[in-house]
Amino acid sequence: MIQVIDLHKSFNGQKVLDGANLTIPTGRITVVIGKSGVGKSVLLKHIIGLVKPDRGQILVDGVDIATLRGRSLRDFKKHFAVLFQGGALFDSLNVFENIAFPLREKTSLPEAEIAQRVRLRLEQMHLTSEVETKFPDELSGGMKKRVALARAMIQEPEIILFDEPVTGLDPPMSNTVFHLIRQTHQDSGYTALVVAHDIPEVFTIADQVAMLHRGRIIAQGTPAEIQNHSDPMVQSFIKGEVDFLEG
Amino acid sequence: MRKGNLELVVGAFVLLGLGCLAYLAIHLGKMEIMGSGYPVSVTFDNISGLKMGAAVEVAGVEVGRVESIQLSPGDRASVTLRLEPGLKLHDDAIASIRTKGIIGDKFVKLSPGNSEKLIPPGGKIRDTEAAIDLEELISSYIHGKV
Amino acid sequence: MVSLIRKLGHRALNLVQESGSMTLFLLEGLALAFLPPFRPRRILQEIQLIGVKSTLIILLTAAFTGMVLALQGYYTLKKYGSEGALGSAVALSLIREMGPVLTGIMVSARAGSAVTAEIGIMRITEQLDALDTMAVNPMQYVVMPKLIAGLIAVPLLTAIFDVTGILGGYLVGVMLLGVSSGSYFAGMVQSVVPLDINGGIVKSLVFGLTIILVACYKGYYTEHGAEGVSQATNQTVVLSAVLVLAWDYVLTSFFM
Repeated sequence: MIQVIDLHKSFNGQKVLDGANLTIPTGRITVVIGKSGVGKSVLLKHIIGLVKPDRGQILVDGVDIATLRGRSLRDFKKHFAVLFQGGALFDSLNVFENIAFPLREKTSLPEAEIAQRVRLRLEQMHLTSEVETKFPDELSGGMKKRVALARAMIQEPEIILFDEPVTGLDPPMSNTVFHLIRQTHQDSGYTALVVAHDIPEVFTIADQVAMLHRGRIIAQGTPAEIQNHSDPMVQSFIKGEVDFLEG
Repeated sequence: MRKGNLELVVGAFVLLGLGCLAYLAIHLGKMEIMGSGYPVSVTFDNISGLKMGAAVEVAGVEVGRVESIQLSPGDRASVTLRLEPGLKLHDDAIASIRTKGIIGDKFVKLSPGNSEKLIPPGGKIRDTEAAIDLEELISSYIHGKV
Repeated sequence: MVSLIRKLGHRALNLVQESGSMTLFLLEGLALAFLPPFRPRRILQEIQLIGVKSTLIILLTAAFTGMVLALQGYYTLKKYGSEGALGSAVALSLIREMGPVLTGIMVSARAGSAVTAEIGIMRITEQLDALDTMAVNPMQYVVMPKLIAGLIAVPLLTAIFDVTGILGGYLVGVMLLGVSSGSYFAGMVQSVVPLDINGGIVKSLVFGLTIILVACYKGYYTEHGAEGVSQATNQTVVLSAVLVLAWDYVLTSFFM
């Protein structure tokens, strides 16, 4: 279980998170929705320790991640994987090397074993072996996302964070990515935190939905509960109402 | 295949670079690879302009280099020369500092002498001639001392 | 008036802060070279990017520099009737000054900008964050190999520059202007002393480290998307060229 407790963060004097509280249950898919630029990605980056909070705590299975250093921090990170917005594939490595990267860096598996695992993940993402030797700049946006997901899955992490997994993809492709998330989640049962603003597709994969607004979580519950939520902010966001009052 | 190429290309580059560096250091910088030759020390009143690495010549033939220059007691310049192994210096050899042309580099000119005793490696040349200071020469000419 | 002074103070504080954090960045990058994993392959790749790929431009620049030095030197020396000193004039200018400085400036234009762009893009596309989340230190995976490669490649490039320049000077001085080949090389051998060579090597080491440090630092702290990358690249070339020339003065006054 991941607990976000009273998280505050400002950048250059501008408040991004203002006392956010969130509980992410183990083995479930939690989706955080909210307007663009509301600090969803910042929240996600706090959880993996890429951003340090001004105030507040992140507890992962009861351990405050701010107290982790050196070896224990590295071990902690092994339980995590992140699917970044653009995929964050390494430009200088081809698809195979990208997916194999975590294994080559963090394990001493023989090459044959690594190759086998990489192929397995590619298959899982419905990618043919032809893409193995391609470089990230030769791939379409959807392919990049799938390769990145394969790379995130390769170490069989317990927790995967998805930062806007379908932003910039066409509808069929975003459905494919959501489908893959659902499927891999069924197969491996990892804990997932998905940050997205794609209504209503995200409701189809979520076990739990939370809405972030003005630096706080203003609503949290099952997809059905959120869809029938009484808060007008939640309703207007879900219905995609015209909004001239940015922020 | 790509792996082999990278190593080959970088290897070739490093080899080329080291080759150039070696040429500069050994040929131009006169770096002694094994310290061949033997040292002889000599003390001058004035060496103005002589530098480390400058040539040592006998009858215009280069036979060694200036290895080090230090100030010795009595405000004289103590110079160590490293000479070719085959060169025989006699006890009455004379070392003088000369200039190539009027404005050229300073070098050490040796006259090996012909007495019966030889100067051993690490020995000392006793007879010296200091650098000719052109300015002094001119000023003494102007003031009519020559 | 007060606001002007305040602005100046702000600038000065920024400058101190940036040079301080750059020094820490350098120390961290170099310290990581002594901690496992050592990443020899990454260092090879970076030598290829910084060194091998700059070789052609260095050869071209060096050849023309040597040629123009010979041309200028010849007509100046001729007035004093000492064309024989051409070899030493060309070699000394190259080894002491032109070689290290021009190599530094060419490397900062050719490789420094590429390094900044590469790291800057890794920053804005979250590749550096991705490394971090995989428990791979981006400083060690990305920055350290580049710093080491800079330390190795730039002195080698400088040596290549010096030798090529001397050959370029030979081409013009001896083959075109008719200085005797013997006096060209003999003069050179006569007048170059070990201190010149060592000074040149020390300069090139310092320049190499400075250029790659600036390039990595500017890339690593890129902000604001693609615009930020182009800005950082620009700053790298300007700052590293200025620093090369400033260091050159400091080191020259130290060696003379």
